[in-house]
Amino acid sequence: MAAKILHTFNKSPISPVLDSCLRFTGEDDALVLLEDGVYTATAAWGVKLDELIDAGVPVYVIKIDVDARGLANRLIEDVQVIEYDGFVDLCANYEVVKSWF
Amino acid sequence: MKFAILVYGPPYTYQAAHSALHFARAVTESGHQIYRIFFYHDGVYNANALIAPPQDETDIHAQWTTLAQEHDVELIVCIASSLRRGILDETEADRYEKSAGNIGKPFEISGLGQLIDASINADRVVTFGV
Amino acid sequence: MKRILFVQSRAPYGTLSGQEGLDALLMGSAFVECALLFLGDGIYQLLSNQDAAALGLKDYSVSFGALKDYGVQNLYCSESDLQHRVLETDDLVIPVTALDDAAIRELMASHDVILSF
Repeated sequence: MAAKILHTFNKSPISPVLDSCLRFTGEDDALVLLEDGVYTATAAWGVKLDELIDAGVPVYVIKIDVDARGLANRLIEDVQVIEYDGFVDLCANYEVVKSWF
Repeated sequence: MKFAILVYGPPYTYQAAHSALHFARAVTESGHQIYRIFFYHDGVYNANALIAPPQDETDIHAQWTTLAQEHDVELIVCIASSLRRGILDETEADRYEKSAGNIGKPFEISGLGQLIDASINADRVVTFGV
Repeated sequence: MKRILFVQSRAPYGTLSGQEGLDALLMGSAFVECALLFLGDGIYQLLSNQDAAALGLKDYSVSFGALKDYGVQNLYCSESDLQHRVLETDDLVIPVTALDDAAIRELMASHDVILSF
């Protein structure tokens, strides 16, 4: 039986690992961006997320990482800002966690 | 639900260990449990009791220790990763005839079997990598 | 019983990630069914003719040959990552099955735990 996967990505969007992460994120999955990964959800890089977002894949960013980097008013639409308790809930709600780094 | 948390990042060089600590706290506050925190790769440096950051920075070793004591969380340091990086408890220091150990409770040195056990028995495994 | 998928994504020697990932896999295979997937630069760990003697680092590519003895039979890599690096499975020290992206997504979704290195 196919599990729903929660993907996490914590590197700069220039990392080739982001491309792997996006290639293997299925339409029943979700993506959490943390640490430098939150830059992915800004104007310069957001286009990389278009395909996922159009497919209805939820994309989340960690609030303290966004705030620390001065990105609170620079996020693209259609990403959801979450705290760590929300991150824990997502891990519980998806069956497997795949960390990309 | 039981969480296993896998930490690869050394403190102060990368954010990963600091993120893992935030996550671990959130797990304990959410009503879920932490089955085990396993430190692998450079993550073993979190166990170094000699860490002495400037006063205006957080002391991550102290924070792991507090978390473990308040919530009875296992902090396991992989022996294969730690020995080659010079992270030793007193027993290992004696065994390898080193002048001193540099880790102690609540961190414990153990084998990779603890990672596999955590993968089998925890409901979720979450990795904080670098 | 749970099944664990190990994912190797880093080239050898530049980091110790692959070697420690292999150690974890060998331990895991003693207890549960494990599979190994090479993604991205991880496939460089399997390139034949490695000689790390001069580096002062352990050449662990030979250890992959032991996987069969440990009962690890499910070895996979990404077809597109291979092509991207102008490699073929014949260039590798052990036989691995090249999968397309959809099959890799399936592989991930069919395991209970994914450990990445």
